[in-house]
Amino acid sequence: MDEKKNENLEGDVTNQHTGESWYYSDIAKDHFFNPRNFLADDENEEDYDAMGMIGNIACGDVMKMWLKIEPKTERIKKLKWRTFGCGSAIATTSMFSVIVTENGGLTIAEALKITPQKVTERLGGLPNRKIHCAVLACRAFRKAANDYFCKTGQEKRIIKES
Amino acid sequence: MNNDKISSEEKLRLLRRGVGVYLDYAATTPLDPRVKEAMEPYWEEEYGNPSSLHKKGRRAKEALDKARSTIAGILNCRAEEIIFTGGGTEALNLAVFGSTANVFAVDGVASLDSRSETSVNESEPGGSSGRRTKRDYTRRDLPLTQGGDLSNPPIKISIDSPLSSRINRASFFPTGHIIISKIEHHAVLRPIEALGKEGWEVTYLDVDEYGLINPEDVKKALRPDTVLVSVMYANNEIGTIEPIVEIAKVIRDSGNKAVFLTDACQAAGALDMDTQKLGVDLLAFNGSKIYGPKGIGCLYVKKGIKLRPLILGGGQERGLRSGTENIPAIIGLAKALELAQKERGTENKRLIDLRDFFINKALKCAPKIILNGHSTKRLPNNINISVLGVEGEALTLYLDNEGIYVSTGSACTSASLESSHVLLALGRSHEEAHGSLRFTLGRKTTKEDLEYVLEILPGVIEKLRKISAIKI
Repeated sequence: MDEKKNENLEGDVTNQHTGESWYYSDIAKDHFFNPRNFLADDENEEDYDAMGMIGNIACGDVMKMWLKIEPKTERIKKLKWRTFGCGSAIATTSMFSVIVTENGGLTIAEALKITPQKVTERLGGLPNRKIHCAVLACRAFRKAANDYFCKTGQEKRIIKES
Repeated sequence: MNNDKISSEEKLRLLRRGVGVYLDYAATTPLDPRVKEAMEPYWEEEYGNPSSLHKKGRRAKEALDKARSTIAGILNCRAEEIIFTGGGTEALNLAVFGSTANVFAVDGVASLDSRSETSVNESEPGGSSGRRTKRDYTRRDLPLTQGGDLSNPPIKISIDSPLSSRINRASFFPTGHIIISKIEHHAVLRPIEALGKEGWEVTYLDVDEYGLINPEDVKKALRPDTVLVSVMYANNEIGTIEPIVEIAKVIRDSGNKAVFLTDACQAAGALDMDTQKLGVDLLAFNGSKIYGPKGIGCLYVKKGIKLRPLILGGGQERGLRSGTENIPAIIGLAKALELAQKERGTENKRLIDLRDFFINKALKCAPKIILNGHSTKRLPNNINISVLGVEGEALTLYLDNEGIYVSTGSACTSASLESSHVLLALGRSHEEAHGSLRFTLGRKTTKEDLEYVLEILPGVIEKLRKISAIKI
C-alpha cells in the first residue's frame, strides 16, 4: 500500500517499514502511549508563568498548556500540558511540547511560527480528519503566549484570533 | 528477577493479550462454524441460479425456499413475507423508502395507497372534517409492487380543491408524517432525514434516561397522515429493549394505518422474533450480528403492505429486490438465525450473568463511571459505560493496545465528529457521551476474559485521567 495515498484516507496510517496498518503513525502512536511533558498531578500550576486553554468539551477536545519562560531571552524552558481528547489530540500536544523545548528551547516568537503542518509532519502524518488537533495545539500555545504577554505588560504583542 | 518463573496467571494474561479479547459483538460477530458448514455446498457444487429452469437452478430454488421457510417459521409468518436483501442497512432503506413512496399526498394528509379509503374513514369517523371528502389525489409516478407487479400506471384523480397548488408539488414529492425514535440506527435515521429534506414531517420521539420509548408518546404523535412509525427492537449502543408489542398495540388500537417498522438487527440473536406477537408490519435483521455471513439481510413485509423497490431488475424477491439471490449467504442467514434462536435460552442466561458481573465490577473499578441504558431491559450482551474526564477513542486505543477490542460513542471515532446521538438522547452531557465505552459480549466470551478487562481497565483510566485537561 502506498503510504502517501493512505494518509489521505479517513482511517489508518500505514507503517512504511512493516506495512502494518494502524490508526496512527508509529511516532504519533508513541506520543499517545508515552506522552511527554504533561503536567503531573503533583506539580503546581502556580510555578508556571503563563497558561493557555483551547477547545470545548462538546467538540471532544480540551487542551491546556503551561509555560515556564526565561524572562530575558523569552526562551521557553518548559512547556507542560494536559489534554482531554482522542489519541491524536494527546499525541499532537505531546509533540508540540517536544518541538518547543528541544535543543534548549525556542523563543516565544519562534514557537509562534510553528504551523499545524509542522506538528503533523513531525508526527509522521495524521489521518485527515484529525489534522484539526494540530491546529488546536498551535492555538493553545498562542493562548498561553498571549497570557504571558498580558502578564508581562506586552499587550501590543497579543495575537487576536480571527 | 526470575524470568523462568512466570505464574500461570501471568501466562494466561499474556496469552489473552496476544490473542485478544473481542468484546465488540454488536459491531459484528464471527461466522459460526456450523453456519459455514451449512453454506459450504453452495459455493462450488450447488451454484445454480434459482431462476433457471434446469436441474441446477431447481436445486438452488429448493435451497432458497427451504431457507425462506426456516426463517418464516421462526418469524411465525408466511414464507412469501420474507424478502432477502444485501444487508441490514439495505433492508431498512427498503422499508423506509419503500413504504413512503406509495402514498397519496394531499394537504399533508397521506395514507397508504391500497388503504386510503379505509384510512380516511377510520381515522375520522363519518368524514366530519368536510375537507377530506373533496380533494385531489395524485399518486407519484413510480411503480408500486407487490407480488412482482411493476405495471401499475400512474393515476391522477382530480376533484375540486382549494389546495391545488400544494397538490401539484406533492405529486412530485409525496409527503406525509413519520414518527421515529431519537435513538434509531443511522440506517433508519439517514433515510428519514433524506425524506425530511423532501418535505416529509418527522416527529422524533424522546426516550427516557434509560433509552425507553413510552408507547403513550407514540399514541400522542400519531396523525391521520402518519405513514410510518419506526422504533428499533433493541438499541445497538446501549442495548435498551423497546416495548415493541405495546407500541404496535397503541398504533393498532388508534385505528391508524401507519406502517410499523422495527429494526431488529441487534435483537435477532437474543429476543423473540415472532412477528405475530410483536405486531409489526416490517421487521429487518441481518446475518453479520448473529454469527451469520455479512452482506445478507432480511425484511419481513407483512402481507398487504405495499412497498416500492429500491432495486429494479429481474424481479426476484417478489419484485422487491431484484438481483440473483445470494444463495450461500441466504442459507447461512437461515442457519444462523435457527441456531441463535434455538440456543438463546441458555446463552442469554449465561450472558446476563456475565453482563451483570461485569457491570457491577466496572462501575466500581474507578471513580466517576456511570452506566448507560437500562439495568434489566437491555440486551443480554450489552454493557455501555461512560468514564468521566477521558475521551472514548483514547480509551479504546489504550485498551486495543492491551488486546481488548471495544467501541465508543465518542465523536472522535465517527466521521461526522458528533457525539453519539443515542447517549445525548438519554440526556447525557457531551462529556459523558465522549467518555463512553461499549463492551458487547458473545458466544466466546468467558468470565476470565472479563476479569482480564477489569484488571486492565482501571490503570488505563487512571493514566488518561492524569493527562486529561478536565479534572473530575
